[in-house]
Amino acid sequence: MTQAEHSHAGHHEMPFWRKYIFSTDHKVIGLQYGITATFFLLFGFLLMILMRWQLAYPGVEIPLIGKALTETGALTPELYNALGAMHGTIMIFLGVVPMGVGAFGNYLVPLQVGAQDMAFPKLNMMSYWVYFVGGVVMMSSFLMPGGAAASGWTSYPPLSVTAPNAQSVWLLAMVFLITSSLLGSVNTIVTAIQLRAKGLSFMRWPIHVWAQVATAFLLLLAFPPLEGAAVLQLSDRVFGSSFFLPSGLYIDGAKSTAAGGGNPLLWQHLFWFLAHPEVYVLILPAVGVISEIISTFARKPLYGYKTMVYSIIFLGFMSFIVWAHHMFMTGMGVTLSSFFQATTMIISIPSVIILTTLLLTLWGASIRFTVPMLFSLAFLPMFAIGGLTGLPLGLTASDIHLHDTYYVIGHFHYVVAPGTLFALMAGVYFWYPKITGRYMNEFLGKVHFWVSFVAINCVFMPMFLMGSKGVSRRLYDQTGYSHGAATQSWNVVMSTAAFVLLLAQIPFLYNMFTSWKTGKKVENDNPWGATTLEWAASSPPPHENFPTPVEVYREPYSYSPSSRKVSPQFSQQEA
Amino acid sequence: MSVVIPYVDKPHPVTGVTNAKLGVWLFLASEVMLFGALFSALITLRLGVNDWPHGYDRLNVPLATLNTVVLIFSSVTVVMSWAALKMNNLKQFKTYMSLTLLMSVIFLVVKAIEYNSKFSHVPPITPATSNFYAIYFVITGLHGLHIIGGIIVNAYLLGPGSRMWKTEPERFTGRIECAGLYWHFVDLVWIFLFPILYLL
Amino acid sequence: MMEQLNKVWQDVLGGKGFEYGLPIDISTHGSAIDRLIFTLHYFMAALFIGWGLYLVYCLIRFREREGHQADVSPKHFSVPKYLEIGIVIFEACLLIFFSYPVWAKLKTDFPDRATSLVVRVTAQQYAWNVHYPGRDGKFGKTNLDLVDGTNPVGLDREDPDAKDDIVTVNQLNVPVGKPVIVDLTSFDVIHGFFLPVARVKHDAIPGMVFPLWFETKETGEFEIACAQLCGLGHYRMKGYFNVKTQEDYDKWYLEEEKALTE
Repeated sequence: MTQAEHSHAGHHEMPFWRKYIFSTDHKVIGLQYGITATFFLLFGFLLMILMRWQLAYPGVEIPLIGKALTETGALTPELYNALGAMHGTIMIFLGVVPMGVGAFGNYLVPLQVGAQDMAFPKLNMMSYWVYFVGGVVMMSSFLMPGGAAASGWTSYPPLSVTAPNAQSVWLLAMVFLITSSLLGSVNTIVTAIQLRAKGLSFMRWPIHVWAQVATAFLLLLAFPPLEGAAVLQLSDRVFGSSFFLPSGLYIDGAKSTAAGGGNPLLWQHLFWFLAHPEVYVLILPAVGVISEIISTFARKPLYGYKTMVYSIIFLGFMSFIVWAHHMFMTGMGVTLSSFFQATTMIISIPSVIILTTLLLTLWGASIRFTVPMLFSLAFLPMFAIGGLTGLPLGLTASDIHLHDTYYVIGHFHYVVAPGTLFALMAGVYFWYPKITGRYMNEFLGKVHFWVSFVAINCVFMPMFLMGSKGVSRRLYDQTGYSHGAATQSWNVVMSTAAFVLLLAQIPFLYNMFTSWKTGKKVENDNPWGATTLEWAASSPPPHENFPTPVEVYREPYSYSPSSRKVSPQFSQQEA
Repeated sequence: MSVVIPYVDKPHPVTGVTNAKLGVWLFLASEVMLFGALFSALITLRLGVNDWPHGYDRLNVPLATLNTVVLIFSSVTVVMSWAALKMNNLKQFKTYMSLTLLMSVIFLVVKAIEYNSKFSHVPPITPATSNFYAIYFVITGLHGLHIIGGIIVNAYLLGPGSRMWKTEPERFTGRIECAGLYWHFVDLVWIFLFPILYLL
Repeated sequence: MMEQLNKVWQDVLGGKGFEYGLPIDISTHGSAIDRLIFTLHYFMAALFIGWGLYLVYCLIRFREREGHQADVSPKHFSVPKYLEIGIVIFEACLLIFFSYPVWAKLKTDFPDRATSLVVRVTAQQYAWNVHYPGRDGKFGKTNLDLVDGTNPVGLDREDPDAKDDIVTVNQLNVPVGKPVIVDLTSFDVIHGFFLPVARVKHDAIPGMVFPLWFETKETGEFEIACAQLCGLGHYRMKGYFNVKTQEDYDKWYLEEEKALTE
């Protein structure tokens, strides 16, 4: 054999466990990531619903399940903090990233570059299973004596070093999850660069591929410092070192016996060095998905392809030098804070450019209001609110008042929830016909969209006002403070809206899990009239994606000037 | 029903590398960030106190020097093993790869002696003793784990993995090159580690 | 009609103790912070409303319908470029002229220690320990071994400098109109020292002492809040921040001194 061939020659069927459980097919792995991530997103959401009950009705027994959780039926402060830490951790590391990168990245990138699979199929399989194990380890945190990890998703020492056992489990789980990400990102980059179809130059990559490659570089380079930091914190907890413990600690009524000499801020620097790029990991795949969908349902080319590409690259690069804007209140002087304020202001530029590019694509369009388009259009103002509210946080003077308040929670949720999650839902509706050969139900999709859109704004918009009035984050019960008591009634509105938002996901889940059997069949392989390579494959694509190699003749998002018909990348003839 | 992945044994015309080689370079970039973070931690901790001890006062410099020589030598032998394959000499490949493995094991044994001398000290010296020892144990420990990883890979390639030489010699040679790249990196980390921890 | 809208707006943004969505400001440096917050939000609103109107216009004018076709020709708009440049310049101005001066003043332009009220605030799970140096202006030595229920900061009463030191728990009393310097630290974990009405916020980190300063211009009884997750009691780590007239402050001070000698 001259060219390397994977798995078995011939056409014998693989047993179920090889085909669907330990598969090396990127499409199966992508779906595995997608289903697992959906479960974790739901679970993380449910944790928050419990917390929102406590916030709306402090100390009141939770109906139906309260007694199963605690003696009184109401949340305790310890349990509240644990749910909070786990909500953040699960949503980010077990939910959004595996969905955006593991599911969408894995499924689409090989198809969109015209490859038969990822460059390292076995490594791909491993990255899923390491994620799965990491997820199990993270969830086992709930079973540990002393309760689940409760030091926030940020795990600041000394609180985290002196916390009960579950914090070590949290750190260990992070090591697994980081490893999974690293394996996945190597695969994405090598696949996108090396396995391109004939004619697919870099400037003909779909924006989604650019976004996934940039995301992969962020994961590759930003995660290892957190892995290092997690090892250091594990060492503090398990081996008794003092990397993050200063001398002279007096905790729990006694002097600390640790050697001391450590620095709590060292953790913060190492953590945020990852965690800031991490938020761009959360948004970039969403931007990629939105770009594909908006151009398709605007029926015209994406505005400013090159600008979009350079903005994505610049954003990725800048994301490495803004991290300490999370640390303005830790004793930062004038020089360091000026540097990070400046870089934070600068990083808003590519964000604005990306948003503008997408908005300008709508000028002169012919907009089809399908369900994926509804979610994508909603993404634009939601992302705008999230991005704009970052400005007062990125300037030190205004951050004095707003740091660690609900304003911050509103800011980042707007970007991730009606931002990224809406984009990923749009992606599910959009690529479902390619994956299954059937459409999802439009009516259920519209119900899902409208109820979610209204409810999600009712949950997060009041947070900006609460934060401005001074209500801190992570409060089990804010009514002890006068500014907390003054805004307590809003919690009832927000919690009700959150519950409605949960209910709104039921039509979506039902739709997703039944339409593959009962949905309307697609008329052809490119039912939406898109331009990128995945639409050249059949629906669903076979194991090797393209039985005959596909060739690329033009850039994506092309429309013939004369007929105004879509000219896919893979069609030799212009329409 | 089989999937064809190109550029597994032949380099890509534009990038000039095989998939595995590009993959290993990317992986090494992430490893640079990992050890870089730990070195930054070391620098931060060191600058934060006035009484940071000198490495040469607390650690076994002769043993570590021996380890440095051993590791550099193993980097040479791993290149020789790759060169042997380029010259179609499987037997010589096995000789040099075995030497590489031998050197790696020696490194670990010396490391174990070093660690043991600390643990069996009275009172035992552990990461809890002070941050100097803590960072020493963590960085050399993580480095040691990377050595073990390299041993596993190299042993596999020497043993069962070498069967690929018969069916896909170019791909096998590529694997040795990638393993060698990883091994050079592990060596390079030590070359930074040794002066910073032991000599300063 | 406008009156009613105004009232709703005021209800949402205002309420007792608040003005336009922010707590009242009793500090001398707070107005600069508030000015930045308001300016920023006008800017944000302008951008959002602008983009929003544009979006709605597009959704209506460029919707798919009979007889309407998309314009697929290559496009280049110059307005967005100028808008972007404008945004960059505006943000730079905010940074240089609004944010930097405030931060520089708070971090480098400290009032004279000799003429200010200097206190040590040591945060712990879950209370704020306030240590006054007494009339000699010198803080007595503290020792962790001496910390207990009656001696929250471990003050060594044998030390001559400590004889007149006053220690309170969850009570930060200051005289109005006089600069206050707080030397902030923590015993155990990271806490966040937050005085909403004085626009003061700083992390209290064990092993480190951070000086911060502020000056008040109104009396009243206010709160200290914790602004960094510190454990299960984070939500109830409220302290009392009382700004008194010089008279009332002196009265309180005398009472505390008397209590020391008993």
